[in-house]
Amino acid sequence: MGEHALLVELADAGAAEALHAELLRRRAAGALPGVREIVPAARTVLLDGVAEPARLAAELPGWEPRPGHARVGEVVEVPVRYDGPDLAEVAARWGVSPREAVRIHSSAEFRVAFCGFAPGFGYLTGLGARYEVPRRATPRTAVPAGSVALAGPYTGVYPRSSPGGWQLIGTTDAVLWDTGREPAALLSPGTRVRFVPAPRTGAGR
Amino acid sequence: MNDRAVAVVGAGALTTVQDLGRPGFAHLGVPRSGALDPAAARLVNRLVGNAEDAAVLETTVTGCALRPRSAVTVAVGGAPCPVRADGRPLPWGTAVRVPAGALLEVGPAVRGLRSYVAFGGGIAVEPVLGSRSTDLLSGLGPAPLAEGAVLPLGAAAAVRGSVDAPPWPGPPDELVLRVRLGPRDDWFTSAAREALTTRAYLVSSASNRIGLRLDGPALERARPGELPSEGMVLGAVQVPPDGRPVVFLADHPTTGGYPVVAVVREADLGAAAQAVPGTRVRFVTSR
Repeated sequence: MGEHALLVELADAGAAEALHAELLRRRAAGALPGVREIVPAARTVLLDGVAEPARLAAELPGWEPRPGHARVGEVVEVPVRYDGPDLAEVAARWGVSPREAVRIHSSAEFRVAFCGFAPGFGYLTGLGARYEVPRRATPRTAVPAGSVALAGPYTGVYPRSSPGGWQLIGTTDAVLWDTGREPAALLSPGTRVRFVPAPRTGAGR
Repeated sequence: MNDRAVAVVGAGALTTVQDLGRPGFAHLGVPRSGALDPAAARLVNRLVGNAEDAAVLETTVTGCALRPRSAVTVAVGGAPCPVRADGRPLPWGTAVRVPAGALLEVGPAVRGLRSYVAFGGGIAVEPVLGSRSTDLLSGLGPAPLAEGAVLPLGAAAAVRGSVDAPPWPGPPDELVLRVRLGPRDDWFTSAAREALTTRAYLVSSASNRIGLRLDGPALERARPGELPSEGMVLGAVQVPPDGRPVVFLADHPTTGGYPVVAVVREADLGAAAQAVPGTRVRFVTSR
């Protein structure tokens, strides 16, 4: 991809995650010099700012990434008030009651597959394929910061108010992105996440 | 009063603080940002004796007006434009001394779009993730200049600039962008791939720091469906559903779901950032 980048396409999301993990392992071990950016996505990993792209491209097929994830860190718990305007519609698509939809969503363990769209916005996977939902036909012009939302196979949390077409199922007070904090992003590729139901009332938001 | 700062008297159409950007955070969704014409930003910094990566101002079309609170060395480069201090003409493209309290006017671009204004010591706003650049896609870094804002300056180097009067090639009448096809050129018909490198495009007035938008032949897809989101690079020629290519500039999103038919060489993007709407654009393939 261009002069300084390689876009590695994998068979599926799991293989992309495994290659991403392998790249991070190699970088941590000092065995991946001359790569500025490692950007995982749905089925690809982008390597940008690569000093010697031809050489790395020749080496990559010889790697055998261990299946597995980028990080086995602490689980980040995100408290959620399941009060989103699209909760009932999502529950109907799943063929369950809203209450059951909350149980399903809050009992899954998620993982940040990749980030994008806005700083600190993670695409989280963890729900089964039968829980995929489409984007809204008409995007909202303003989705409030902290909205917990679903689209396709992903759950995401809006770090700041922005237009958006995802189905809103809840709200969190967790701060997803704060450049005054180290690290600025609460969620980065590989982070494990659980959504924990929080009381609807008394949050004062 | 002898504080090192400049007050903004006229913000112009869009004037932002830019350095060489904040690469290294694309995996968190953070655009690289930075000066759109980095060669110009580096050169005005060298003229005033700054490190090349010091923060400068990037104007858009109309220039800006500033009042330094203490005497300061200034260089204006990039898009050629008239420069005045208290109404008196000053040379463009070289270091000049502006007295404390003088009105420094950076005039409208005569050619090109974006002029760069370096101050000795650099603009010293608080960095965000290692950079002082304004990122208009995600809102990181300082807000675009507004009338009445005051920008702090760093301490000026004791040494003079290492260049006096460099050659400044003006923006070309026709923009030639060298590209490498791929990674998703196979998503387009062979006719579309041929059109990209044989037909002329025109720079659209909808262009901005995120991308150079082009009018011209729509590139037809060879396959339907959606591409799963994937990482994007500077210079990516992304093709949205209307078929009109967009060349990604510094504030581009880090991932995207429209196919990238080709990638422009980084060395050609400074000229792309100076191309006024209506400029003719040709893509040529290169290795």
